[in-house]
Amino acid sequence: MKVLTVCPYCGTGCGLNVLVENNRIVGVEADSSHPVSGGELCIKGYFGYKHLEDSRRLTTPLIKKNGKFVPTSWDEALGFIAQRLTDIKQQSGPDAFALFASARATNEENYVAQKFARAVIGTNNIDHCARL
Amino acid sequence: MTLGGGAMTNTIPEISQYSDVVFIIGSNTGECHPLIAKHVIQAQSRGAKLIVADPRMTDMANKADIWLRLPVGHNITLLNGLMHVIIKEKLYKAEFIQEHADGFDDLTRAVEDYTPAYVEDLTGISQQDLIAAARLYAGAGAAVILYCMGVTQFTYGTGTVASVSNLAVITGNLGRPGTGVCPLRGQNNVQGACDMGGLPNVFPGYLSVTDEKHRARFEKAWNTQLPPKPGLRIPEVADAVHQGKVKALYVFGENPVMSDPDNNHFIHALQELELLVVQDIFLTETARLAHVVLPAAGWAEKEGSFSNTERRVQRVRKAIEPPGNAKTDWWIFCALAQKMGAKGFEYQNTQEIWDELRQVVPEKWGGMTYARLDQVRGLNWPCPNEEHAGTPILYVGGKFTTPTGKANLKAVLFHPTGVAEDKIKEFKNPIVGKIAELPDREYAFTLTTGRRGYHYHTGTMTRKSLPLNQVGPEQMVEVNPQDAAVLEIEDGDYVKLTTRRGNIAVKVWVTDRVPEKTVFTTFHFWEANVNELTVKDTDPLSVIPEYKVAAVKIEKISLAEAKALYLEKAQKYRVELEQEVVAEMQKGWRV
Ligand code: SF4
Ligand code: SF4
Repeated sequence: MKVLTVCPYCGTGCGLNVLVENNRIVGVEADSSHPVSGGELCIKGYFGYKHLEDSRRLTTPLIKKNGKFVPTSWDEALGFIAQRLTDIKQQSGPDAFALFASARATNEENYVAQKFARAVIGTNNIDHCARL
Repeated sequence: MTLGGGAMTNTIPEISQYSDVVFIIGSNTGECHPLIAKHVIQAQSRGAKLIVADPRMTDMANKADIWLRLPVGHNITLLNGLMHVIIKEKLYKAEFIQEHADGFDDLTRAVEDYTPAYVEDLTGISQQDLIAAARLYAGAGAAVILYCMGVTQFTYGTGTVASVSNLAVITGNLGRPGTGVCPLRGQNNVQGACDMGGLPNVFPGYLSVTDEKHRARFEKAWNTQLPPKPGLRIPEVADAVHQGKVKALYVFGENPVMSDPDNNHFIHALQELELLVVQDIFLTETARLAHVVLPAAGWAEKEGSFSNTERRVQRVRKAIEPPGNAKTDWWIFCALAQKMGAKGFEYQNTQEIWDELRQVVPEKWGGMTYARLDQVRGLNWPCPNEEHAGTPILYVGGKFTTPTGKANLKAVLFHPTGVAEDKIKEFKNPIVGKIAELPDREYAFTLTTGRRGYHYHTGTMTRKSLPLNQVGPEQMVEVNPQDAAVLEIEDGDYVKLTTRRGNIAVKVWVTDRVPEKTVFTTFHFWEANVNELTVKDTDPLSVIPEYKVAAVKIEKISLAEAKALYLEKAQKYRVELEQEVVAEMQKGWRV
């Protein structure tokens, strides 16, 4: 299977095809009809996908208990965060919360993230770390 | 903002097709944006001329017709010098300025002092080269300026951004094919994160949070009341935590412990938080400090869109499933919002999110349906309706998006040690710059930072992609041969770099890529993270410190000393924790 998508590394946004076999990426091909990259990619575009199947990927939510990370369910992790955020907002106001948005996440994810900060928490404390 | 927006005004393919002159300032395009560099090289083979301003002998500096080797931190000196020559020699486009710009008198006065002789004095750039570059750029039919956001260090209007825009406006190099000012974005979706309102002062579409009309628009769409006060910027967050104002921080898809200047200060702030949530694909240096860590889906594991540096919105597609229980960032935020009892987060897929954006900010994205994006290789915003073909070139016909419709030429003043008060008072709202930390006797070198072609940002992704790690496995510091001789260090030796904020051990690469008295290194490696050394935000309101510059001391150390320092860093960044947690995750849930 070939999936047409966009390189995740720099702001050039080169087009590429991801080659998939059995839910694994086995290679990357440049997209020959892309107006910017026109059938080429740099080394990051060609090889930068390998991290996705690294054995150190996070696979479950973790909560720190007595200084140690303990695996937990989504329900438990989100419930914990929701409770803490509600408490902090009540005690110290919405501006006691800050969110760092991501220059690596999609548009849709950033949209939802800032909507969460602004509409749910009620703060404009949102910025992203993309100085580089 | 000079022009009314901070995005790239033109597109990349125009460079190879139409530009007669390409001016690259403060961008290591060859290593950081190789496929953009390709368009520049194609332009050259068509006969276009290349001007590069860079302290380092980068690939592009090597290929330049004129290489202006300015000292680190002197972009504004150079840009003001170029404008001085252009104005003196009447090479500007008087008609364009008259019809489409305000503030030319102020600008003329501001660059008055920056004569070729003065610029040579401050920067060592020869008067001849400066004049030749000014004539070449101003004389082009179509000239484009490429610069990197890393040099400006901020997404807000800074002196360099304003100066670059000034230069393009007075020579009429906007609104036509092959012209423009082009900030090259480092990370893949910086443009999109800004576009989507990932900034403290604007909603999606750069609509100001302080403007009642804009607020009303989002309050209606989101069916809630919204705060009118701009929020904190990242450099302000650490101080706000120390002051007990910020108690909870949520970080996703970023690793600020590694990427933030003066990171010791930042790490202390994180440790004081009542709640730190980090959502990422690995247990990053930042995640290790969190109270809760949430596993996110990676790039090929989700649907959505990215906006590249040209404002081109392109579809990102899911190729594989995320591992274990990892989830997409949007799913996580929606689930959390619902847990907190909020409405308006019931999206079933990313298309529903995108369609909401199209509805709320139709003037920019209304016409970009997923169906259309699926048929083309992206569309450039603004694209207000489905018949609209998108907008590759902004400001056609000199129509700017400022309140007056005219470009706002701004006085930008700079001196390495600061500009005199009397001088500042001569202008209304000038932008003023200086170098925050100059070398002295103890810290005798200038340290500047950047990246290498084969690594990306803090290395979270590239360092775990084997072939890339094999090409560039170790941190290096570039030292000029003259300096190396004086310090009695050779290629492959280890040195300790010390600033007022911290120290790191690094291997030496002796090369004349860097000028004398200047050293260069990157921040891809926890073993020697240069952000332990860099200067943090000092006074962002009136003065722009040059974040890329710090004063540094260099000492030769033994291999054993270098190892000891590495071990210290391994403890600081809790490197062992990652293996521990991987083992825990394999055991499964226990809460
Ligand atoms: S292939 Fe290289 S130049 Fe193209 S987007 Fe990826 S990292 Fe950037
Ligand atoms: S080193 Fe940094 S500032 Fe220079 S071009 Fe690369 S990303 Fe931009």
